[in-house]
Amino acid sequence: MAVISVVKDAEARTMTITSRFDAPIDRVWQVWSDPRQLERWWGPPMYPATVFEHDLAPGGTVAYAMTGPEGDRHRGWWRVRAVDPPHELEFEDGFADADGNPSPDMPTAVIRVALSDLAGGGTQMDVITAWASVEAMEQMVAMGMEDGMTATLGQIDDLLALPARA
Amino acid sequence: MITYNRVVVDTAKTERDSALFHALADPTRRDILSVVLQDAHSVSDLARRYPISFAAVHKHVGALERAGLVTKTRHGREQRVRGDVATLQTAHRLLDDLETLWRGRISRIEQVLAHPTEGAPPWP
Repeated sequence: MAVISVVKDAEARTMTITSRFDAPIDRVWQVWSDPRQLERWWGPPMYPATVFEHDLAPGGTVAYAMTGPEGDRHRGWWRVRAVDPPHELEFEDGFADADGNPSPDMPTAVIRVALSDLAGGGTQMDVITAWASVEAMEQMVAMGMEDGMTATLGQIDDLLALPARA
Repeated sequence: MITYNRVVVDTAKTERDSALFHALADPTRRDILSVVLQDAHSVSDLARRYPISFAAVHKHVGALERAGLVTKTRHGREQRVRGDVATLQTAHRLLDDLETLWRGRISRIEQVLAHPTEGAPPWP
């Protein structure tokens, strides 16, 4: 199991998830720095991501869309706050409208990624997510839940469409 | 985008729910909760209100804290206990969802690391 610890602080509205990979640090950095690799893991299986802008420099933007099973598209963006390859990346993550413009009234989260070498050649990755307020968390996850509902309803439709088995 | 991993969330939720039932099963704990929902109190304040030891009150507060019903904040030399049920329950639930999302992401990163050159996404 790659995940070795999860620390959640409801009061501070942060989560730190720590994982370890059996790969050198430069290799693990690539899953963030290479947009083709990033889009293979950022979106959930039902919502694969397409990354069409990817500038990992301070002030740079990463723009992506996640496409749902109904063809529904959800656009998001990162604004890079700090980057120090292959050790550190910090960005703000938020929603965008259909044209990819950041939605100013939508909540954002700050995500900080720290990679470190492990003795024996592996890499540890700490990802810390922080939310400005419970309202912001609520709004963001409510949207995720809505997406999930749509996905579930789609799956039920698929099941109903299958011929009954004897 | 969260539902696909609902099973994991449900496990975390079930654990929290049983902590919740355990916390609310005791009349002293229910009373402590109703007191700190009105206003923050230090553990020593609370201990003075009940004919039980400081350690016993401390233990009750711990059970309420594990259930996500109260929080402790340091206030000078003492720790204050405050009840904030709706907000904290919401925050706990949302953090559980976030954990599920990231556990999924990390397991997909493992697959990307194992198959670096595959063009297709690592799911069927």
